[in-house]
Amino acid sequence: MEYYLIVSAIMFFAGIYGFFTRRNTLAILISIELILNATDINFAVFNRFLFPTGLEGHFFALFSIAISAAETAVAIAIMINIYRNIRNIQVKNLNEMKW
Amino acid sequence: MELTFETIIFYALAIFISVFSVMTVCTRHIVRSATYLLFVLFGTAGIYFLLGYTFLGSVQIMVYAGGIVVLYVFSILLTSGDGDRAEKLKRSKLIAGLGATIGGAAIVLFITLTHKFTTITDPEPIETNIKTIGHALLGSDKYGYVLPFEAVSILLLACIVGGLLIARKR
Repeated sequence: MEYYLIVSAIMFFAGIYGFFTRRNTLAILISIELILNATDINFAVFNRFLFPTGLEGHFFALFSIAISAAETAVAIAIMINIYRNIRNIQVKNLNEMKW
Repeated sequence: MELTFETIIFYALAIFISVFSVMTVCTRHIVRSATYLLFVLFGTAGIYFLLGYTFLGSVQIMVYAGGIVVLYVFSILLTSGDGDRAEKLKRSKLIAGLGATIGGAAIVLFITLTHKFTTITDPEPIETNIKTIGHALLGSDKYGYVLPFEAVSILLLACIVGGLLIARKR
């Protein structure tokens, strides 16, 4: 079981590193996807190895996938709107919230 | 840990996921980053299949690999301009990010490896019946999930409306 947790921890902290160091908003969003995916693995692994008769972790992972899909759709809509306004999606150019 | 077939599969998946998730955040081109993210998601679906959650694995492939990565690639191609390469950071910020990452990873791995989980020693991966999943997902008794199911459906509706409203042409 610990081996699964090590894999998801590596994935999680790769996402954290990308979140800290990238300066493109889409790359930051990709890092967030990595983090969410690592937590999904943890839900499924805890359900399988600690409570194999229940289905709680399974459903938590399922709802987490749905919520991350919704989050990605809204975030990409926001980024396309930003690109339409300032022709760039780098973080350093985003210094005002209203046009 | 004896070397069974599932162990070999797990090690292959683990190396695959680790390498590609590090390459996702380290590559300079963002299109390559999205491609490596697709590989990571496929590896995660493989882990779900290995654990016996076939339904979760197929949802992962359909929603993530079929929906989200396509959305990413479209938006990358829509918004890629001159600045689609990651610029050089300052060395102090890079070191700060790397230090925070390695410190957090060390703490998490230490806690994970020293904690004694009361784990079942060798759970054979039983494939969960799809009928059981359906009854639990739409049941309204104690272990039913009909309320979060409906909440997620309302969330998706709000997300559709919000996405259209934000990205529309003015």
